[in-house]
Amino acid sequence: MTLEEIKNLVQGEIICGEEYLNQQIDCVFASDLMSDVLTLKDVNNLLLLTGLSNLQSIRTCEMSDINYLLIVRGKEVTEEMKELAEDNDMVVIRTDYSMYKTSGILYSAGLPAVY
Amino acid sequence: MNFVYHVEGGDFTNAGSTSSQVKRMLKKIGVSPEIVKRTVVALYEAEVNIVAHAYRGDISVDLEEDHVKIVLADEGPGIPDIDKAMQKGYSTASQKVREMGFGAGMGLPNIKNNSDSLNITSEVGKGTTIEFINYFQ
Repeated sequence: MTLEEIKNLVQGEIICGEEYLNQQIDCVFASDLMSDVLTLKDVNNLLLLTGLSNLQSIRTCEMSDINYLLIVRGKEVTEEMKELAEDNDMVVIRTDYSMYKTSGILYSAGLPAVY
Repeated sequence: MNFVYHVEGGDFTNAGSTSSQVKRMLKKIGVSPEIVKRTVVALYEAEVNIVAHAYRGDISVDLEEDHVKIVLADEGPGIPDIDKAMQKGYSTASQKVREMGFGAGMGLPNIKNNSDSLNITSEVGKGTTIEFINYFQ
């Protein structure tokens, strides 16, 4: 499934990385705990769902080689976060939907969990 | 080559900026992506630990032909029981640290899992030193 399709399914808004929306996503991990995200081994074409919207969620993606981030519950994304994400060529999408609803929609649409 | 970076306790805005610089450096010299990731995940957890628990610290990165040695020495409260701190789920982190997405007692185990050798020494009331080495092959 492409990021564009994901964005449409969750009625998301692009924060940055619009040029990469045709990228294919193979699996999803959902967590607000960054230490847990840092344990992921294979993150190729992985989308991270999180309700944690701060600089550390972007930094965690940077360190973990995660390029695609979906922020739930309409949390604010600061200019600093956006700049850091852009520096790392990340795609950041935001949805007003909750973590559970977002997960349910993406899972039902055929996107599997990372494990 | 040796590089030293300074980290201030409580500075969550810049937490991870050293790890970011080291990541760029390792990538530039051609270290494999898998080893870059292991190294910066361990470093990032340790850097966040300084910000979360210590007053200040220095991170020394020693880049050799076949390995990188990273030493994080902080001035802080120290760790009374290192074995306990190494246990998954054990944490003394503040609410502020937890709001940042850390403080679940996974940091030190994560550092261990992502390093080839790890040595932690600590003196209560003085500070903690974490030293780890990752080989490039």
